[in-house]
Amino acid sequence: MEFKDYYKVMGVARDATEAQIKQAYRKLARKYHPDVSKEKDAEARFKEVGEAYEVLKSPEKRAAYDQLGQRRPGEEFRPPPDWGSGFEFSGAGPGNSTYSDFFDSLFGAQARAGRGARGDFHPDRGEDHHAKVLLDLEASLHGGARTFTLRMPEIDEEGRLVSKERTLNVQVPKGILAGQQIRLAGQGARASGGSGTPGDLYIEVDFAPHPLYRVEGLDLSMELPVAPWEAALGATVKTPTPNGTVDLKIPQGSRAGSKLRLKGRGIPAAPPGDFYVVLQIALPPANDDKAKAAYAALAAVLPFNPRASLGV
Amino acid sequence: MSPSDEPALTGTIVDQSSTLSIKDLSRMCNVEERHIVEFVEEGVLNVVEVRSEWHFTGDALRRARLAVRLERDLELNLAGVALALDLIEELQQLRRELEAKR
Repeated sequence: MEFKDYYKVMGVARDATEAQIKQAYRKLARKYHPDVSKEKDAEARFKEVGEAYEVLKSPEKRAAYDQLGQRRPGEEFRPPPDWGSGFEFSGAGPGNSTYSDFFDSLFGAQARAGRGARGDFHPDRGEDHHAKVLLDLEASLHGGARTFTLRMPEIDEEGRLVSKERTLNVQVPKGILAGQQIRLAGQGARASGGSGTPGDLYIEVDFAPHPLYRVEGLDLSMELPVAPWEAALGATVKTPTPNGTVDLKIPQGSRAGSKLRLKGRGIPAAPPGDFYVVLQIALPPANDDKAKAAYAALAAVLPFNPRASLGV
Repeated sequence: MSPSDEPALTGTIVDQSSTLSIKDLSRMCNVEERHIVEFVEEGVLNVVEVRSEWHFTGDALRRARLAVRLERDLELNLAGVALALDLIEELQQLRRELEAKR
């Protein structure tokens, strides 16, 4: 496994004081916290920082870590045989984050042992699990079963934290919205005692980008290209909607950006959302003589200055 | 047997209309009930009082879990959590509006 330089991760000197380490952690945690950060690799960085802080903030762990001496980051590493003797570790750090193999080999068993005792106020019931999934919009529009592959941290027989993959076939409730959670009763962790009720599994939903529709809460919107004469004169055109193709009346004198509302054709929640069609004027290409002549004829009869509002 | 051969699990949506008790919320966030009370007192969570019992919505669950994460990971105090939550939600709202304008 690779050696990790926790001082480098935190950007502090090897002789940094506790206060300096704390300060560095807070700064980095704010920068990379997955709930606040816009950085691309925020989650991975946050875990790395959390792990480094977990070691460096504890005088015992830090002393033990320092004993390993200085190595190059990434160097092949195996803990010395007498590792950890004379140190007593307790308490676990940032919540349910999974630590690196490096951390686990140094502090694994001891740190995990402290974890169960911390904040477990409901021993008769298994922990709830939470997961996030990306869902296609159709699942919410029409309902239906979807298969999700979730990675769940689990404690194995030897007390190690392992990441287990689990495939679940879930009936997606029709009308679910982004940010809402599906609660699957009894699909969380087993109770620690073995006899209690298992926890629940909460799946928070977000929508994958849809090729046609944009989602805003309950409402859907779509850009519909129309010809200039359809917008100017009014027309009935075919438009796709979540419930199939419909004939849509374009009012006379419509402009680019005009919004047409199809009530109740959004996400089928209670009450259902609306479906908005945003008109886009598509310009026919003038790549042959006939088309050029038609444009020229239009220019000849229409005294039209599209820049009148600019004062030129 | 592959998972798709099994009957699909049916869940329920946790949303605005869900009602959760303080006990539910405390269990779901794995914090003591006293801590949920502190969240309410600080204005982090909204609560509806029905016959002197507290009811929370699914939205409160989302906020409470976020609050717990912020407290733990950023070592924020309650007032800091309340401020961060409000700012995060405002930011999300502004980002949504910006996205819609694109």
